[in-house]
Amino acid sequence: MPSSLRFALETVHENKLFNSRLVIAWVLMMIALITVLVRLMFLQVVNHENYTTLSENNRLKIMPLPPTRGLIYDRNGILLADNRISYSLDVVPEQAGDIDLLLKELTAIIALNDTDIANFKKQLRQKRGFDAIPLRLRLSEEDVARFSVQSYRFSGVEITSNWSRFYPLGVRGTHAIGYVGRISEHELDAIDKSNYSGSNYIGKTGVEKFYESELHGKVGFQHVETNVQERVLRVLERTPPISGKNLYLNLDISLQIFIEDLLQGERASIVVIEPDTGGVNALVSVPTYDPNLFVNGIDAKTYRVLRDSPDRPLFNRAIRGQYPPGSTVKPFVSLAGLEYGVRTPHSRTWCRGWYSLKGEKHRYRDWKKSGHGSVDLNRAIAQSCDVYFYSLANDLGIDRLSAFMNRFSFGKKTGIDVSGESAGLMPSKEWKEQFRRKPWYAGETLITGIGQGYSLATPLQLTVATATLSKRGQFRQPRVVFAAEDTSINQMTIMPTLHTNVTLKEERFWDFAIHGMESVVHGGGTAYKVGLRSPYRFAGKTGTAQVVGIKQGERYNAKRLAKKFHDHAWFIAFAPLETPRIAVTVIVENGGGGSHIAAPIAKKVMDYFLLPEKRSPQKGQEAKKGVKKIKKKKKRRSG
Amino acid sequence: MLTDLFQRRSSRPFLHIDKPLFFALLILSILGLIVLYSAGGEDIDLVGRQALRIAMGFSIMIVLAQIRIQKIQPWVPWLYLSGVVLLIGVMVVGEISKGSQRWLDFGLFRFQPSEMMKLVVPMMVCWYLADRPLPPNNSHILVALVITFIPVFLVAEQPDLGTAILIASSGIFVLWLAGMSWFFILGAMAFGGIGLAIAWQYLKYILHEYQIQRIKTLFYPEENPLGAGYHIIQSKIAIGSGGVYGKGWLNGTQSHLEFLPERSTDFIFAVLSEEFGLIGVLVLLSVYIFILSRGTYIAAQAQGNFARLLAGSLVLSFFVYIFINMGMVTGLLPVVGVPLPLVSYGGTSMVTLLAGFGILMAIYPHRRFWSH
Repeated sequence: MPSSLRFALETVHENKLFNSRLVIAWVLMMIALITVLVRLMFLQVVNHENYTTLSENNRLKIMPLPPTRGLIYDRNGILLADNRISYSLDVVPEQAGDIDLLLKELTAIIALNDTDIANFKKQLRQKRGFDAIPLRLRLSEEDVARFSVQSYRFSGVEITSNWSRFYPLGVRGTHAIGYVGRISEHELDAIDKSNYSGSNYIGKTGVEKFYESELHGKVGFQHVETNVQERVLRVLERTPPISGKNLYLNLDISLQIFIEDLLQGERASIVVIEPDTGGVNALVSVPTYDPNLFVNGIDAKTYRVLRDSPDRPLFNRAIRGQYPPGSTVKPFVSLAGLEYGVRTPHSRTWCRGWYSLKGEKHRYRDWKKSGHGSVDLNRAIAQSCDVYFYSLANDLGIDRLSAFMNRFSFGKKTGIDVSGESAGLMPSKEWKEQFRRKPWYAGETLITGIGQGYSLATPLQLTVATATLSKRGQFRQPRVVFAAEDTSINQMTIMPTLHTNVTLKEERFWDFAIHGMESVVHGGGTAYKVGLRSPYRFAGKTGTAQVVGIKQGERYNAKRLAKKFHDHAWFIAFAPLETPRIAVTVIVENGGGGSHIAAPIAKKVMDYFLLPEKRSPQKGQEAKKGVKKIKKKKKRRSG
Repeated sequence: MLTDLFQRRSSRPFLHIDKPLFFALLILSILGLIVLYSAGGEDIDLVGRQALRIAMGFSIMIVLAQIRIQKIQPWVPWLYLSGVVLLIGVMVVGEISKGSQRWLDFGLFRFQPSEMMKLVVPMMVCWYLADRPLPPNNSHILVALVITFIPVFLVAEQPDLGTAILIASSGIFVLWLAGMSWFFILGAMAFGGIGLAIAWQYLKYILHEYQIQRIKTLFYPEENPLGAGYHIIQSKIAIGSGGVYGKGWLNGTQSHLEFLPERSTDFIFAVLSEEFGLIGVLVLLSVYIFILSRGTYIAAQAQGNFARLLAGSLVLSFFVYIFINMGMVTGLLPVVGVPLPLVSYGGTSMVTLLAGFGILMAIYPHRRFWSH
């Protein structure tokens, strides 16, 4: 075969081979591209809806719009709890570049302390690069201004503003108003999470806690379009939040301040209630503390100091302090005696300084060793004769005594609108059998009759009982909050209170108890000194609650006892006598006798309340000044 | 010598270009710019830079189209050798960018030798096989594979898996077009399959960690939605949510809100699918199919083994670009980092591709076409 022919044949063969391979290649390419097309149809047609949903989920976010917490005002419109803008310095690490250099440069402008930097670095490790991390909270206005001027130098560093709760009067009225704090995990379980999805704070104590649902308001939402960094680009739909209701208190903050100043240096509590309405005008427990410390989390050291202080400033004595009520119960016990007919107003008992049960040698002592001689009901209250009430209690028996005292809310919660109230204790046979697993002894009835033994009562309970007595049985549930203002519809709602009545067999019985209390101050009674030269007539009752038991045959000697074992001094009172406008309870822990310590303080409180024109100019001005300052601030805010 | 290198155009005063291919490429580039404007966040400067690159690529294409392909043939081994030397140079002194060494910095310009090898490797294999009887025998196949895989390994080491795959496939395409027997191909595939299965446990020694991750991600993208699987998940969401008609130009939420990563480069096809839907995809595919078909036709018309083998392999390489990119964006293939030809933002591959089309045009015997 000639080589040219062979070459030609080879070429033909090669051409054929190449062209067939080319055709196969083209077919395979088309098959591959059709495979891609089928895949695309699978994604874009078959699964279109599914991917549309995913795409919308990517793009659309629902963001909560937290409501503004309601403000709290006192009865005169003085602002007690405010919302203020607080500024924090946030860093987005991804945009900030060299963190160490940044911190160094920032320190020159804003005083960063080691805690700030340590916290920041800790979060730096935990969070994603595009998350903003707070570097310093609660910037001062100066810091904000200084940084704003220099902000162009720092990328990824910005100042963000948050609403923060602020109590302009600081320590004043803390135990009534309470405070808010960061929501704990435990609290999160108990609330509607969606309503709190944008909120940082929840009421922790006091009115802030009790009226949480009113103060918080309702969360709003906005549907927003966000990019991958979750930056909001567009608001598509907005449901505005509904602000919390503003609360107006019955509390008179100037009275509260006046009382807190009176009690300076003491461990004490005073509760002032208007018997007509149950309105709580002052709810004082000293020492007190600054609620602002708790709002954004208190540091461990400060908290330890507060918690471990022997004066227990965190303890709300007014509603949680359970003390033996002592002789303050006597007017109520006397009413029990009249109600059950074991005493008439004028029946007399001989007091020889002690009382003994039949067949027993134990002597139940009177506070007056020599005895009061022959006493009727009026004198028994006025002189606080223990023997009269031992004998009365013995004749009544514990069942009747306990049941009667319950009607004045001894041993029961009063239902005040401040969280954390204690019930006190009015002992009974059932109670002792159930909780102490021991039978009731007759001697225990005697000491219950003078408010000792197992009996416990809070200052609030005694005030409520006094108010009920002053209005001849008219019970008003104590209320710190007067009204709630719904700013969204401009409506003021007065808080409902519970009205009940304690009725006695004879209406005149009230007069004898009240008259007895009048005699305490105006009839040569135990607190006659405070009744001297009083421009108005009032009723009161002293009380002394033993802290340590005094053994048989021993005498109480204040000088020999450490201060913390001294008796608690009580005084309950209401004024004016005929048309009571105020009921007051004073307890000074380890204050000694009620008549010396507690009664003069109660008198000053009543004077302040009833004689505004006679308020000591210095104190008055101080209070006024404080008020003016706040009012000015309020004006500035609104303007 | 230089004038001799270019084709005589005595019969016609026109530039030697293939008009159907030229216009199809032009339409594709314009489509690409339109999608890029949206994908790049409506940045007109970005589009301007890309247009400039396209213009540059087209110029190179037109210049190359004037060259007589037979004149290039003797230079091919030298091109290949210098390419391998440059690749070794990259390994030694190359510039690191995005975690891999791909660039040579010559002061005035940066040069990516691996890009050049996409053209030079098939040319070299063609050159080797052109003078030998076809189909190639086993020893010729072996030599051709060695020619192919030396640069492939060098590129894979940079590491640039996408380019390595493209270079390897371009060499193998030449062999296949040269008539390598089916028995051999099937045998190699079976052998390769078994080899891969065995190698799977040793992959960590062969491939880089991120390459293994990408292969794993292909099969289980949802396993790591914030990490490696994120690309594919977001890409599928973009494509799927586009539906038949698309969300409209500049209205793609996945791309404009930055959920889609690499949206103006490797994942630009997802932007097109999101904004123009299945209809837009069909238009793009039609243009690609036209270009592939026209290229196949040119290869069929080519004279001489070197020219037609090269033409065929260039067309197949172009196809591989399209298929790998679309395959990875739609989740059919692993994410290997291959741009969508003439649409993705980026200069080097665009120039290489258009240079390839220039060579393809140079191969087409014009006189015959015009004489019809």
